[in-house]
Amino acid sequence: MKGTATTLTRVLGFCALVTLAGTVVLGLWTTPPDVVQGELVRLIYIHPAIATMGEVAFGVTALASLLYLWRRTRDRRWDLLAGVSAEVGVVFASLTLVTGSIWGRPTWGVWWTWDARLTLTAILLLIYTGYLMLRSLIEDESRAASAAAVLGIIGFLDIPLIHMSVYWWRTLHQPPSILQPNKPPWENVHPSMLTALAISFAGFLLLYFYLLSLRYRLGEMREKIKARRLERGV
Amino acid sequence: MLRDALLVAGKDLRIERRSRVTTNQVAPFAVVVLVLFAFALDPDRGLLTRAAAGLFWVAVLFCAILAVQRSFSVESADGARDGLRLSGLDPAGIFLGKAGAVALQLVALEALLAAGVVLLYGTDLRGGVVLLATCAAATIGLAASGTVYGVLSAGLRVRETLLPLLLLPVAAPVLLSATRAWEVALGTGGAGDGAGPWLRLLVIFAVVYVAFGVVAFGALLEEA
Repeated sequence: MKGTATTLTRVLGFCALVTLAGTVVLGLWTTPPDVVQGELVRLIYIHPAIATMGEVAFGVTALASLLYLWRRTRDRRWDLLAGVSAEVGVVFASLTLVTGSIWGRPTWGVWWTWDARLTLTAILLLIYTGYLMLRSLIEDESRAASAAAVLGIIGFLDIPLIHMSVYWWRTLHQPPSILQPNKPPWENVHPSMLTALAISFAGFLLLYFYLLSLRYRLGEMREKIKARRLERGV
Repeated sequence: MLRDALLVAGKDLRIERRSRVTTNQVAPFAVVVLVLFAFALDPDRGLLTRAAAGLFWVAVLFCAILAVQRSFSVESADGARDGLRLSGLDPAGIFLGKAGAVALQLVALEALLAAGVVLLYGTDLRGGVVLLATCAAATIGLAASGTVYGVLSAGLRVRETLLPLLLLPVAAPVLLSATRAWEVALGTGGAGDGAGPWLRLLVIFAVVYVAFGVVAFGALLEEA
């Protein structure tokens, strides 16, 4: 096998590219500007999707960590998956803060505000940055794997606690405007916006899986190289 | 388990009594932090009094990191960690003992810091029951979570920077809730729902981390 990408990765990457290009076209040209927010509403085609994928990524990390710690399903591959998902999650969480800031400046008048969701995302980003640091700093592999798995799980367990505390503290971020309990989504927004949103979620989900498979493959190759070096006795 | 916990806590506290790291190094550091806050915030009495609750808990958080670091550095010398692993003590007991020793030292530091806040920031310590309940719940939570993260980073070359990076974000709910609860008690915060929900959150945090530590400490110590 030549190169890092497998066929599956290439297909994923191609689909992600197509859907994201579709998101750009729909988001920038096809959809109408908002009544209140004007052109700024176009952020909705990237920001919520990116934020959701960050959460998905950290969820995958926690799940894979759990499967690694459970003796019956213990496998190095779960550890690898947890690690690469956290890496991608950190990228998405950072992008969430960046895109949110860019939108917050003209809308709220500030780059950053101590709102509950912003605080929660920032803390999550810090927790998983620490997680990645811990992974890279422990040399003994099995120790690194179990320490990281424990951290991956408590980091996730901590989310509801942080969630509660920051929400009681203060909330400014708008509540979900598309998914509301008493109305179907297509009554809340223009149908073309809903299509663009759905495509953006699909696009970023594909992008997540694409990056995940790429990093996962890279991790596998690293281990192969390490094993081969050990064989040769270097 | 409890007997083992008392044994380990007794050992840690005995080491502390003889080495006096907390009394001679951490306690002065805590006072310096209080003085530095005053420099940073302008010694305007009103501002310092209003911010006293938050500053107090930030100082406690810093002290907690030092106490946890000390708690695991005493195990790194002379292969003491191997001794602990081989001692046949219940790992849950070891966890409770180490966390208990850290908690006791934190309580002493909190008393000192509270005195400092009264003297330096002109705070009136009102609402004693809420203040004490907050201290109890927050201290247990900090000691338990600190001990879990302490053993994770024990023995690593970069533990001095890694432990704060791991612990501080996770302890954010403690800082937030303890500060709000104190503000309610001291009457320096805005109008809120009272200290009840914050205290509950502190108790939940403490319970989650104590339970997690009791269950997982054995595995973590094996690997450390």
